[in-house]
Amino acid sequence: MIESLDPRITRANIEADSAIDPLTPLDQFQTFEVFHQKKRGQQHVHVGIVHAPNPEMALLYAKEQYSRRGQTSNLWVVPTSCVTATEYFDDDIFSTTEEKIYRDPGTYKVIDRIKAYKERKAQTQS
Amino acid sequence: MYGNAYIDPNETPEILQGEDPVLLAEFEARIQAGEKIEPQDWMPREYRKQLIRMIEQHAHSEIIGALPEGTWITRAPGFRRKLALMAKVQDEVGHAQLLYSAAETLGKSREAMINDLITGKSKYSNVFNYPAITWADSAIIAWLIDAGAIVNQLANSKGSYGPYCRALERICYEESFHLKYGHDNVVHLATGTPKQRQMVQEALTRWWPPIMHFFGPSDKISVHSEILMRWKVKMASNDDMRQQYLDMYVPKIWDLDLVLPDPNLKKNKETGKWEFTEPDWEEFKRVINGNGPCNAERLAVRRMAEEKGRWVRRAILGDNAKYTVPLA
Ligand SMILES: [Fe+2]
Ligand SMILES: [Fe+2]
Repeated sequence: MIESLDPRITRANIEADSAIDPLTPLDQFQTFEVFHQKKRGQQHVHVGIVHAPNPEMALLYAKEQYSRRGQTSNLWVVPTSCVTATEYFDDDIFSTTEEKIYRDPGTYKVIDRIKAYKERKAQTQS
Repeated sequence: MYGNAYIDPNETPEILQGEDPVLLAEFEARIQAGEKIEPQDWMPREYRKQLIRMIEQHAHSEIIGALPEGTWITRAPGFRRKLALMAKVQDEVGHAQLLYSAAETLGKSREAMINDLITGKSKYSNVFNYPAITWADSAIIAWLIDAGAIVNQLANSKGSYGPYCRALERICYEESFHLKYGHDNVVHLATGTPKQRQMVQEALTRWWPPIMHFFGPSDKISVHSEILMRWKVKMASNDDMRQQYLDMYVPKIWDLDLVLPDPNLKKNKETGKWEFTEPDWEEFKRVINGNGPCNAERLAVRRMAEEKGRWVRRAILGDNAKYTVPLA
């Protein structure tokens, strides 16, 4: 029997060499991805996962795990199995975005044209 | 050995045998460029193996580390300290959850990790095999053991594996309260009555040898350790971390006129390095192999927790549950 400095452990009457059957698959449940919103108006941001048997308990664990400091206004949990993601090895599908300069407001330069137009107009009027 | 990579000196550099040279080069280039590796990426077998071992040990250390301090929750002096200690111990258990999930992304289930912990197959930080005999011991742990953990965790948070880095960032953020709380408790005792001073001095004397063991023995320079450094699995040598720790905390300890039980401890002005009596590494080995004062109790408590909660977990496990690996 374990005599501990912690009175709660002594009271539990634990055998020092107790053996238990190993944990079986799913003993620790499935996983849920957790999304955290700091303040109203902000985006929910992925912060990690919890193991839980159902969404309600996942929310409970998510609160314990991910709202320990600072501000929280809202949490989402989504079963990991419900998430579909792109593949990292396919990440070149995003690489052409930068080439599409016609989507970039900075590539539209009208000031020069307006200036030239005004100069021409001034000349014809004088 | 709190989270730092354990390098087996008997393992030969054949660890790269059979790896695809093109994929390996891409992998190393990514790390060289300061990019993170994500779970779905190709990685060498040895990278996966070392990270699982390291993150898993780190997780076990958090969960077992809650036990020595937990000893004093029921008898914390004052309600505020009791609330703070409960919050700290809960934080540590939360850190274990974060780390288990980072290790899971590498392919080892949480069930398998817990099994390896409770059967004694996996290791955890050796310091937690020592008892917290008085309240002052819990104060020394919260300040000086957590300080060591922070040195380690800050270094590892700059590593290459994305999920581990993300977990460590959250952990380091929470640890700052542990350090302040521990320091506050030690200062309170050290600046208190002669009895309180004596209590904290005795606790410090007891904890100094385990603290000197904390970062592990000097690393042997090997091809293996060089590869793990290049892959940003191991971020600093055990000796470098110990030096950094001594630099940060010995002055703060001496500032309180507390005495460290090592007459040879001093900073060499010329080399800028701390000198000390070589810790007793035989004692370290003896304790880490299961023969410390609290090894049996720590594991028995974990087994009890797993066993007593089992029927509840079975009762609430839904019929449609399917094993999933965390995404990131
Ligand atoms: Fe921690
Ligand atoms: Fe801590």
